[in-house]
Amino acid sequence: MIRFEPRTNPSVIMVYGVPVMAATIAILLAAIPLALAGAPIINAYGLMISGAFGSMFSISEMLTRATPLILTGLAAAIAFRAKLWNIGAEGQLYMGAMAAVAIGSGVIDGPSYIMIPVVLIAGALVGAVMLIGPTLLKTRLGVDEVVTTLLLNFIVILFVQMMLEGALKDPMSMGWPQSEPVIDNAVLPPLIERMRVHLGLVIALICAVALAIFVKRTVWGFEIRAVGENAAAARFSGISVTKTMVLVAMLSGGLAGLAGVSEVAGTRGYLATDLSPGYGYAGIVVAMLARLSPVGVIISAVFVASVFVGADSMSRAIGVSSYLADLIVAMSLLCVLIGGFLTRFKVHFERQKSAG
Amino acid sequence: MEIIDILLTANFWAAALRIATPLIFGVLGALICERAGVLNLGIEGIFTAGAMAGWMAVWLGTGLWGGVLVAALAGGFFGLIHAILTVPLGLSQHVSGIGVTLLATSLSYFTYRTALPDVSSPPRIIPFQPLDIPILSDLPFIGPALFSQTALTMLALVMVFVTGWVLYRTPLGLAIRAVGDNPSSVEAQGLSVYALRIGAVVAGSSLMALGGAFLTMSAFDAFFFGMINGRGWVCIALTVFASWRPGKALLGALLFGAFDAFQVRLQTEVGAFLPSQVFLMMPYLLSIAALIIVARKADYPKALLVPWFKGQR
Repeated sequence: MIRFEPRTNPSVIMVYGVPVMAATIAILLAAIPLALAGAPIINAYGLMISGAFGSMFSISEMLTRATPLILTGLAAAIAFRAKLWNIGAEGQLYMGAMAAVAIGSGVIDGPSYIMIPVVLIAGALVGAVMLIGPTLLKTRLGVDEVVTTLLLNFIVILFVQMMLEGALKDPMSMGWPQSEPVIDNAVLPPLIERMRVHLGLVIALICAVALAIFVKRTVWGFEIRAVGENAAAARFSGISVTKTMVLVAMLSGGLAGLAGVSEVAGTRGYLATDLSPGYGYAGIVVAMLARLSPVGVIISAVFVASVFVGADSMSRAIGVSSYLADLIVAMSLLCVLIGGFLTRFKVHFERQKSAG
Repeated sequence: MEIIDILLTANFWAAALRIATPLIFGVLGALICERAGVLNLGIEGIFTAGAMAGWMAVWLGTGLWGGVLVAALAGGFFGLIHAILTVPLGLSQHVSGIGVTLLATSLSYFTYRTALPDVSSPPRIIPFQPLDIPILSDLPFIGPALFSQTALTMLALVMVFVTGWVLYRTPLGLAIRAVGDNPSSVEAQGLSVYALRIGAVVAGSSLMALGGAFLTMSAFDAFFFGMINGRGWVCIALTVFASWRPGKALLGALLFGAFDAFQVRLQTEVGAFLPSQVFLMMPYLLSIAALIIVARKADYPKALLVPWFKGQR
């Protein structure tokens, strides 16, 4: 028989080591599909590492990928802390991007120190507002927010598509459904010349640190944790669960909206329906790998980004499907879940006593 | 064409039942899992895995029913992963389900791309053909609408009765329902909560996978990236709408199918005035509406989402 015994205080090494272990195991497990696909394994891993870290250019690409992942990772982390299962970051990202494009492609103009904050705030606000509906449906009517936020992702993508064929369509795009480019003064400038990594990275890092301070050092942060751990007890001790949930929703949706602004005004320059290759969903993995710690999100976003960028360049080099990256990310999530369990419980294997 | 005329054609109801078929499998699978106390958000990925595995098996030469079996096994495999994580280990059902969806989807896509590295148009199989049941298929209206469907649609309808019969007429069904409401009482009777829950999740997931298999082996004859497109999540919403009852699951899926078939026909009438995306949004909007309508009286299985550990009272 297997028996689980709770650990009273898991060691620091376990708490921090487990996500690293989980990520490592996931990468090692990926050797199985790699081998089945007939790839030279050692060579493939070498190519993955050099693809993500091998040159200044690849590091810049990796950090460009990490930027939206930090923001969507923070969005998931803050929501999950309050047990608000926001799976709709993908939709909030697109709404944020759309708001940024709507304002940032020439409707108003000004110097960049005005235009950049304006598009950032617009995107964050729209993302924040988007999550309020599902949250109130959850707290007021008990409608499962997982399903509503997931379904909203599909609705938003269709809505974006509609706008890109209508009001937001770029007349110069030769019929492609894409928006007009963001004007120069609203573009997030690159951090290094001729590289893609841009101001969005700095904004994402600031958000992570600010969120860490908010969670640890403010009463609101405490209330969020209290609601997440035991909503009934929190309500009993006088915390308004609805108000806390709405606050969490606005933070979470706002961060996801910022990810959209960062992509559209930093990386891409215009909006199209392939703006995000699933950053909203990958953010969930980022948050879980970080054990919902805002600063940890930075590290796990870099990990996930390097898997994506590394696997992309590896797959180009030896012709293995780049879906391998998604596979590694998915396996990391499942491994970290199991790892999290092992930090909380000791496993005992006992021989079953035969009666007789 | 008048709206009433649309509703009176056999063709329309045949389409409604066809659209409803994958949802029937999905909702039945989801309700079996949830009746045992486990929310299975792996459904979207399990649909993908069923669609891909079933199609690929047929493509490799197993025959159509061999493909159905392979799809069910693939669904059961991913269901088992979800069950192990959520039942004995008691991990978050939400997060594990999302993880299973990501794993099943990426593994299916990876396998498909690896098997078929550079094909521009996906290879096709010969899918299930509409049955031609003597006499019944010739009945007016009912014949073309109900009896000229493929075998998988018939199987879905049969599964509604089988699921209902097992849940409400057998001791096993009683135990499954009890384990989702009050697991401790089940343990007190000497039954294993773990075994019942794991079994229910695996069985439910196998059934879900047939919904995906229907898409590649009956509705279409090939596998496409993104072909599931939220159908799994719609099933989760429909499960609440069906208040976890097989009969209502059939009704909900049929209403949904009818609405979807109707909007496609409506689109040809008023498509000039409204963008096509408005119509494409409707299934998702309808799912959210369904959740809101039944929210107040939704009678969730009481132990849904609540992990249970051996020896707990």
